[in-house]
Amino acid sequence: MKKEVDIAVIGGGPGGLAGAFSAGKRGLKVLILERGEELGGILNQCIHPGFGLLYFKEELTGPEYAERWIKMVEELDNIEIWTKTMVLEVSPDKRILAVNEKGLWEIKAKAIIFSMGCRERTQGNLAIPGTRPSGIFTAGTAQRFVNIEGYLPGEKILILGSGDIGLIMARRLRWEGAEVIGVVEKLPYPGGLTRNLVQCLEDYDIPLYLSHTVVEIKGKERLEGVYIAPVDDKGNPILENKKYISCDTLLLSVGLIPENELSEMAEIPLDGKTGGPFVDQFLMTEKEGFFACGNVLLVNDLVDYVSLQGLLAGESAEKYLKGEIKREKKLPVKINGNLRLVVPQYLSYPIILPEITFYFRVLNPKENSILYLKEKEKILKTWKYPMVKPAEMLVIKVSSSILENVEEINFVLEGSK
Amino acid sequence: MKKLTCIVCPLSCSLFIEEKEELKITGNKCERGIKYAKEEIRNPKRVLTTTVKIKDGIYPVIPVRTSKPIPKDYIFPLLKKLSEVELTAPIPSGYKVLENIFNLGIDVITTREMKKLNK
Repeated sequence: MKKEVDIAVIGGGPGGLAGAFSAGKRGLKVLILERGEELGGILNQCIHPGFGLLYFKEELTGPEYAERWIKMVEELDNIEIWTKTMVLEVSPDKRILAVNEKGLWEIKAKAIIFSMGCRERTQGNLAIPGTRPSGIFTAGTAQRFVNIEGYLPGEKILILGSGDIGLIMARRLRWEGAEVIGVVEKLPYPGGLTRNLVQCLEDYDIPLYLSHTVVEIKGKERLEGVYIAPVDDKGNPILENKKYISCDTLLLSVGLIPENELSEMAEIPLDGKTGGPFVDQFLMTEKEGFFACGNVLLVNDLVDYVSLQGLLAGESAEKYLKGEIKREKKLPVKINGNLRLVVPQYLSYPIILPEITFYFRVLNPKENSILYLKEKEKILKTWKYPMVKPAEMLVIKVSSSILENVEEINFVLEGSK
Repeated sequence: MKKLTCIVCPLSCSLFIEEKEELKITGNKCERGIKYAKEEIRNPKRVLTTTVKIKDGIYPVIPVRTSKPIPKDYIFPLLKKLSEVELTAPIPSGYKVLENIFNLGIDVITTREMKKLNK
């Protein structure tokens, strides 16, 4: 079967909802392709509060945040929603091969918005020695079990990795009556947001073992316990100090990977630092007419940023269809000092947009930091941060007038400790 | 002496609280830390989010939350109360599952719609 649309949006989570809404509001014919049974993506299982403070100026739970966007999308007649639809292939000439209960579809789009989100790193990515019993889950899988399917993954739980999902699940499982033994983090600092450390661990006296990792897994059918050990400065475990912890469940909260298999099929170059496509200020990838937003672009700390990226991607897709995006010149956005990654990775000229939002992650926690925007030795602008942390993105807006006639864009983050 | 981590901003100051006649707070780098510590010591509150059982829905549980933050001491008693609740689909979002819990003037509401499962 065949189908033609202006904009195909792949993934109906927060990024795709905002992207579809933004393009739909501009009168374009939009199709959302969602592999799950309903829209909302991972928000549906994130039943805790903390969403929407930036965008809606109120604190919502994940399902509530999703519901608002779903309503906004459903009100627009020119947005078609296909759930239970799996995209199998995306070709560089913007043809999409998808399958659903009706059969196989070839969808031709004038522009494509990628909003596939990310997936969790798994046990396979970690290679922990020992047996392979049941009882080892990613934190997100456990979250789905508890919050949507309605059952507990285990009774005596250890969490490896202090990412936000792991912290949230520590509290969630404690509330459901499980014993949460602790959270083990390989790095000397926690991976999650401070409010989650306080409200999920400290509130319930759940210990956090920094600079520790799981070195061995025990158990035949079901997990019986693990050995944990401290790690040295280089992150190597000190095995002579290992100790045994009895548990029936190990949750992994050890990072997220943008899900870009489809982007790769479309021959879109990916940034090794973000794991997502290289994009310019329009969130357009190096292949014209392909846009990316949300966690498929970079792993975001707040869903509000995902939505804002979706809105921009939808707006940009319209600009692209109207032929307004020219790309006469391309300038890379350089990063130095304590910065790990940046989005967008380059600017296209003419800039067109009145201002550009830059998203950064930092390498190390540091106090009294200053972010410089430089052109060669000249400082164009500065931002001050009393504290920067790897878990929290830096997000800044720069007026395009500053960047219109520069020869170099170089962000440098300097800080103490 | 009690110790708290301030969560008002990313600085995450370590706050030290001495409980005498008045609360004496040190370690804060701004005024907001004092306000946070006082509230956390005198009447710490949290929004509780959990799930309750639901019959005939597309999923066996539905997410709920307290309409406002509740005093921390009520969290486990409320979880116990909610473990005894069973709803029947269809249920809209914002449906009052429990009203005026513990006479706090706070309700427990659903945070999503649950459609009836077509068998």
